[in-house]
Amino acid sequence: MKTLIRAAAALALVIPVSAHAHRAWLLPSATVLSGKDPAVTIDAAVSNDLFYFEHQPMRLDGLVVTAPDGSKIEPENASTGKYRSTFDLSLKAPGTYRIALVGNNLFARYKENGEQKRWRGKPENLAKEIPASATDVVVTHAQRRLETFVTSGNPDEAALKPVGKGLEMQPITHPTDLVAGDEAEFKLLLDGQPAPNVEVEIVRGGIRYRNQLGEIKVSTDKDGVFKYKWPEAGMYWLEASVSDDKAEFKEAKERRASYAATLEVLPE
Amino acid sequence: MRILLSFGLTGLVAAPAFAADLEISIEIPKLDVAEYHKPYVAIWLERPDQSVAANLAVWYDVANKKQEGDKWLKDLRQWWRRAGRNVTVPADGLTSATRAPGAHAIKFEDSHAALKALAPGEYQLIVEAAREVGGREVVKIPLQWPPEKGAALNAKGEHELGTVAVTVKP
Repeated sequence: MKTLIRAAAALALVIPVSAHAHRAWLLPSATVLSGKDPAVTIDAAVSNDLFYFEHQPMRLDGLVVTAPDGSKIEPENASTGKYRSTFDLSLKAPGTYRIALVGNNLFARYKENGEQKRWRGKPENLAKEIPASATDVVVTHAQRRLETFVTSGNPDEAALKPVGKGLEMQPITHPTDLVAGDEAEFKLLLDGQPAPNVEVEIVRGGIRYRNQLGEIKVSTDKDGVFKYKWPEAGMYWLEASVSDDKAEFKEAKERRASYAATLEVLPE
Repeated sequence: MRILLSFGLTGLVAAPAFAADLEISIEIPKLDVAEYHKPYVAIWLERPDQSVAANLAVWYDVANKKQEGDKWLKDLRQWWRRAGRNVTVPADGLTSATRAPGAHAIKFEDSHAALKALAPGEYQLIVEAAREVGGREVVKIPLQWPPEKGAALNAKGEHELGTVAVTVKP
């Protein structure tokens, strides 16, 4: 028994504590819209099952909405509740909108009086929030991008231009033009460069009503491209992450860049 | 979906000088449901590669009081993806009001703007119906345009569409 506990404790130190324990997501009320000035409501949450509000809201700091002309627009009616945040977008111009929740934080593990502790926050707060007596401090730069896409009228691509920072997805197939039975193709970029050999996990929503998760893992090729043929219609979540030594902050040795997107696949 | 083919004799007697025409009859079924709205319907011709060759008709809530009729056009999913999102509505000669249950005939002569530009070849007539708080259905009928001889073709929907009948005359 004792051995088991010791083994478990040792294991716990090796496994990085990460956002991986839960899934973070954005959920749009619709991704394909017609008519004049349509609106969408978008929910943001962290949960185990997709897409249910059951754990924590995603905070909306870091929300960046790019309009079809490349300009940034502001959300309306934003609020954060117990299990989810929500906001509306008025799609005043036709075209494709990119909705992103961007996080640029530091994550630290340290010991205080022999006790293992963790901290997550803005880089400027690290020094004041971790006690001076802390030892074994390991700081990681956590760079996160959560996205979804909606289109009013005809899909276009101006809002999809790569940001060039962190891990992101450059659509080859338009992200609001996905149909069950079709194969979609996307490219992962890390700091604007193709990200080869990265594993991408793809999960269809509606987990609560089935017994098996049915997650699919695909890998990007040497050009950073991955392909997936949608087996059926639904709201899908995909996620990828990479670690390297390109932390943006001097306090951190390692960077963990993650990307997740919610994509809607419609029936033929 | 059944496709019934029957060739008439009209082709044998029609003089080439006469304009070819395409007559389509679409049956909107009467449904016993608590909340009924007349369906949105799109009718078009597509090429073998599924691209749209001709938009023929779109029936939607053109006179919606709040001018929100076009908000639901995307529910004609296939039409919306292949053609609708590139079309400005309302459009003369294309869009009109939704139709009540019953059979509705529409006729196109080859001088019609949508047909006169068509290259001779194989096409599919597609009829897509989507009903508010109801379902959606697509019925397809392969045909040749311009027709070499007269033909009557039909197919039957199971949910949102009844019989779709096409008569082509050279």
